[in-house]
Amino acid sequence: MRRFGLALLAVTVVAAAFAPVVGPYAIDRQFRGFLNAPPTRPHVIDDSGSWHAPFIYPWRLASQLEQRYEEDRSTRIRLTWFPGGHLLTSSSSDRAPFFLLGADSYGRDVFSRLLYGARISLGLSFVAAAGATLLGALLGGIAGYAGGLLDDALMRGSDFVLVLPAMYVALALRSALKLVLPPFEVFALLTGIFAIVGAPFIARGVRAIVRSEKQLDYSAAAASLGASHLRLLVRHLLPAARGFIAVEITMLVPSFIVAEATLSYVGLGFPDPVASWGTMLHDASTVRAFADFPWLLSPAAAMFLVVLGLNLVMQDESASMRYERPL
Amino acid sequence: MLAYFARRLVFAVFLVFAVSSASLLLARLAPGDYASESLGLGARRETIDEARERLGLNRSIASQYRDWLVRAAHFDFGRSLQYDRPVSDLIPESAKNTAILALTALVVATLIGLPLGVITGKQQAGWAGGAGKAGRAGRAGGIIAGAIRSVSLVLLSLPPLLTSLFLVFAAAKTGLLPVGGMTSSVNGGTVGDLLSHMVVPVAALALPLVAMFERLQSQAMSETAGQPFVIATLARGVPLSRVIWRDALKNALRPVASVYGLVIGTLLSGSFAVETITAWPGLGQLMLTALRARDIYLVTGCAAAGSIFLAAGTLVSDAALAIVDPRTAER
Repeated sequence: MRRFGLALLAVTVVAAAFAPVVGPYAIDRQFRGFLNAPPTRPHVIDDSGSWHAPFIYPWRLASQLEQRYEEDRSTRIRLTWFPGGHLLTSSSSDRAPFFLLGADSYGRDVFSRLLYGARISLGLSFVAAAGATLLGALLGGIAGYAGGLLDDALMRGSDFVLVLPAMYVALALRSALKLVLPPFEVFALLTGIFAIVGAPFIARGVRAIVRSEKQLDYSAAAASLGASHLRLLVRHLLPAARGFIAVEITMLVPSFIVAEATLSYVGLGFPDPVASWGTMLHDASTVRAFADFPWLLSPAAAMFLVVLGLNLVMQDESASMRYERPL
Repeated sequence: MLAYFARRLVFAVFLVFAVSSASLLLARLAPGDYASESLGLGARRETIDEARERLGLNRSIASQYRDWLVRAAHFDFGRSLQYDRPVSDLIPESAKNTAILALTALVVATLIGLPLGVITGKQQAGWAGGAGKAGRAGRAGGIIAGAIRSVSLVLLSLPPLLTSLFLVFAAAKTGLLPVGGMTSSVNGGTVGDLLSHMVVPVAALALPLVAMFERLQSQAMSETAGQPFVIATLARGVPLSRVIWRDALKNALRPVASVYGLVIGTLLSGSFAVETITAWPGLGQLMLTALRARDIYLVTGCAAAGSIFLAAGTLVSDAALAIVDPRTAER
C-alpha cells in the first residue's frame, strides 16, 4: 500500500513537472465549438472490429442550447505522438480536439488545466509547508530552549492560533486585501497565511522535543564543550525533531491544498485565467455542472488521490497527532 | 479543579474579545468600504463621500473601534450596512443553522466512529491473544476490521470540501436527495423536509470525522490491550467483551476527548466549505457575503459568534477531558 501511495505521488509530481509536454493543449486555448464537451475516449478498435493506431471519434454538437454532444462514429481522428512538443494530441485539433477529461465552460481542455493546476496547488502547498516548518521550528526551538517567560508567551500565542478555525483566519486575512489580486501576489499572500496558520502545529511538537532533549547527557556534553546556544539548538537539538517534522509536513500539505481550493472556490483565491485546482472547481460550482458535466469535478478527484497518496505513505507513522488537521 | 476551569474561562473570554476586535480592525483596514463597494464604479465621489458620512465610515479606526467596543459591552453589535438591520437580529438565525449542522455531524461522527474504533482496535495483537479463539469468528472479525480500516483511510483523504462535492454530485445524479439549501420552496418547513436537506451536508461534515475518531479510538484501544488493569480484570473472570466495551473503552477515551477541543475548530472550518457548496444558510455563508460587501459590523458579528462557539467548544472539551482524566486539571 505504501508503494501504491508513493507511485501515486510520483506520477502526480512528474505529470505536474512536465505539464507542458503531457498536456495536449495550452491552458488558455479555447475551443469555441466545444463548450462543456464531454471527455473523448481514445479507441484502438473501430465499430467494425478492426484495429487501428489510437484514435478518437469527434464530438458533434447535438443541441446548442443544452450543450449536448454526440459521437460522430463515421470519422476516425488519429492521435499523434509528439506533435509540436506535446506527448499525445489529436491530429486535427481544431475540428476534433482531444479532451481526455472533457472541456470546461470556456471550451478549455480540463486535463491540461489539471496538470498546470497541480503545479500551482502542489507548489503553493509545499512552499507554504516549508514556510510553516521554518517558522514553527524557529518559534518552537526558541520556546523549548529558552523556557520560562518567553516559552510561556510563545506557547500561549500558538495555543491561541491553534484553536481558531484556520479557514476563517485565512478568509479574514485574505479579505483584508483587495478582492482581486494578480496571481503572483495571491501566491505569496496565501503562502504567508498558510505558513502562519500551520506554524503552531510544528512549534508545539518541536518545543516538546527540544525541551526533553535538552535534559539529556549529550546536550549537557555539547554545552560543556563550549557550544554556543545557537549551535546547540540548531546543530544538536533541532535535528531530533526531524521525524516529527516530516510527519507533520505530510499533514500540512493536504490541508493547504484543500484550503487553496476552498478559497479559490469562493472566489477569494487565484483569479480566473490561472489554472489551480480551486479555480477549476469554481467553474464547476453550479448544480447543472454537478449533474451534467461531472468531468469538471476532476480537480476534486485529483486532490483526493494526492491526499490518499500521502496518507498511504505515512500510514505506518501513525501517531495521534496525524489526525489533527489545521484547516 | 476550580482554578483550572477559571483559567480556561478567562482564556475563552479573551478568545471572543480578541477574535472580534481583530476582525473589526482587519475588516476596517481592508481597501474599499461598504460605500465604495455598494455604489459601484460609476458613482460620483461626492455620492460616495456622502454615503460614508451617513454610515459613519469616515471616522478614524481608533474612534470607530472605541465606539464599537463600548456598544458591544452593552450587547449592541451595530447595524448591518447591507441589510440595514441590527447585527444581533441577523446572527442568531445563521448561527443556529451552523450549530445544527456542526453538532449533528459531531454527534453522528462520535456515535459511529467510536464503536468502529473499538471493533478495529480489539483485533490488534494484544486483544486477539486474550480472546484465544482464532477460529472462523476470529477471521471474520479480522476481515471486518480490515474493511473498516481501509474505508477509514479513504475517508481520511476526503476533507469536507471533497466529500460535499462528491455527495452533491451523487445527490444531483440520482435525484434522491435535495442538493442545496435548508428547506424546499414548496411544502417546506416540515421536520422531514429539514431532515432530508440535512443528509448531504451532515454526511459531508461527519464522514472525515468518523474516520478520524475510528483511527484514534482504535489506536487507543490497542494500546490498552495488555495493560495491568485489563489483565487483572480478565483474571477476575470478567468476560472479555465486557472488559473491552466497559473498562478498556473508558480508559481509551482520553485521546478522543483531547482532540475534541481542536475538532470544534476543524468543524467550523469544514462547515464553511460544506455550507458554501450545499448552500446551507449558516454563519460561513453570512460571513462570506458580509466580507464581499465590506459590511464590517456584520463581519465582526459573525466572527464574534464563531468565536463564542469556539470558546464554548473548548470549555466543553476541557470539561470532558477533566472528567475522563482528572489529572489534566491538576497541571
